[in-house]
Amino acid sequence: MSRHVVLVEDEPNITEAIRFLLTRDGWDVDTHSDGSDAVEVICAAKPDLVILDLMLPGKSGLEIIRDLREGGELPGLPVLMLTARGQLKDRTMAEEAGVTRFMTKPFSNTEVLTAVRDLHAQARLAAQPAVGSVSLSSMGAATSDETHARPRSKSG
Amino acid sequence: MLGLRQAELARQVGISASYLNLIEHNRRKIGGKLLLNLARVLAVEPSMLTEGAEVALLASLREAAAGLPRPIAELDKPDEFAGRFPGWAEVLAQQQQRITGLERIVQTLSDRLTHDPQLAASMHEVLSTAAAIRSTAAILAEPGELDPEWRDRFHQNLNQDSQRLADSSRLLVSFLDESDTGDERRGVPQEDVDRFFADAGYHFPALEQAKPEAQPALIAEVIADASSLLSEAARLIAREALQQYCADARAIPLEPLQDILNARGFDLDHVAHRFRCDMATVLRRVGLLPEAMLGQAVGLVVCDASGAILFRKSAPGFILPRFGASCATWPLFTALTRPQEPLRRQVVQHSRGDHGYECFAVSWPHRAIGLDRDPLYRAVMLIVPSKEVAPQAQVVGASCRVCSYNRCAARREPSLLREEF
Repeated sequence: MSRHVVLVEDEPNITEAIRFLLTRDGWDVDTHSDGSDAVEVICAAKPDLVILDLMLPGKSGLEIIRDLREGGELPGLPVLMLTARGQLKDRTMAEEAGVTRFMTKPFSNTEVLTAVRDLHAQARLAAQPAVGSVSLSSMGAATSDETHARPRSKSG
Repeated sequence: MLGLRQAELARQVGISASYLNLIEHNRRKIGGKLLLNLARVLAVEPSMLTEGAEVALLASLREAAAGLPRPIAELDKPDEFAGRFPGWAEVLAQQQQRITGLERIVQTLSDRLTHDPQLAASMHEVLSTAAAIRSTAAILAEPGELDPEWRDRFHQNLNQDSQRLADSSRLLVSFLDESDTGDERRGVPQEDVDRFFADAGYHFPALEQAKPEAQPALIAEVIADASSLLSEAARLIAREALQQYCADARAIPLEPLQDILNARGFDLDHVAHRFRCDMATVLRRVGLLPEAMLGQAVGLVVCDASGAILFRKSAPGFILPRFGASCATWPLFTALTRPQEPLRRQVVQHSRGDHGYECFAVSWPHRAIGLDRDPLYRAVMLIVPSKEVAPQAQVVGASCRVCSYNRCAARREPSLLREEF
């Protein structure tokens, strides 16, 4: 089953690396670099997960997440925030605004992949009716030793 | 009523905080309704307040009480306390004022770290580039074949980001170590003194022309008029630096010095010989001459025997650390190991290979040496930008934390650049 992520990041080479990692992991990746219309882009795409930079041109990541949560169009949408600002108050503000997980730059590829897989699995688990128990693996969550085919070429 | 901030006290009696301040410092006499109101709000007898110093003392004691998290017995009787133990009351009041001053400094420094937009933007740029490099490099380092198109793309990105990181790191270093001091940096005495000298162009014509006996009063006047010297510590440092300036100006008068420089350039030996003074005096004097007289901008650094920088004037492109220890390989510090022996070195700062400098340094005994008195040495270094980098130039840094020259024998702590990136 296809998994869809929207990546909002204005640093093109970070975007390129994350897109490569997630495409290889089986995700459909949409990228966007401008904060000002990011909410509209995310709402139109209806992704399974959003990766959001904090400092963006046009509108900050915090404003975007607040608008998303207040609009209520995509309830339960997991949002992973990436930021160079790692102070406790930044983390607290991000969590209060509705960010699901907070990750400081420079991050490792493994950390990003693990976070994306975990958040997606948790969101799907939360969306299931509360009948019986459901294991993470049955929900399609990847484990750390899972292997993935490399993309054959750079995608648009 | 247990505790009361000064601003609140002023508000309750219907006067401004600054007027209350004047009253507290005995610069305004009070009486009548204001006296009665102050006594009522402070819960003391009006007779206690007829002297302004009592108001100051009681207000400070009230302020000290206001800072406590919960009430403590007897705090409602500051007048009794001040009456029975005037000395202790004065100690407590002075401690309270000192705490208030320290809190203000901490706030200034904290703001500087957390709210400096240029620092935040520089750090963001460095960390974002580092994130891109780390992520891209990790993909390239994975075992197995990578599609050639992706591989070439990532190599290209890595190259771009490495260049960006070098540029942004240099900008950050330059910001940390030599950018202009903004208002938010006020409050650190040495920085206030730096600003004071920079504002004056390191040159004081009135002091140059004054007779020796008139110089102390003139120095006091210059310092009193300086808006940049905010603390007593800054004024003390500036006073000592100006006293040295006057002594050097007396030893080497401006006009004949100008003639020598015009005729012979930086012939510092000749200047020392002509005016019969030591090389330290020559270096300090030449280092503070106006750029128009020298034909180029030069830098000057003075340190004490512990290596602490006492005075600094930047030379174009030469990074002088704002805080903490400087690079131990500077000729300035070599001069400390060779008391009173002048030395000349061609230097270049690491990672700034396009800027060469000729440095002249010497140490001198700062106080008279006696049979039972060890010498206290200081060292001075004049930094003269060269037109070209000499092939044999000695490579020096700024300070370890912002220097990435890892093989340096003088390294005393890891570099921020090396640790992070």
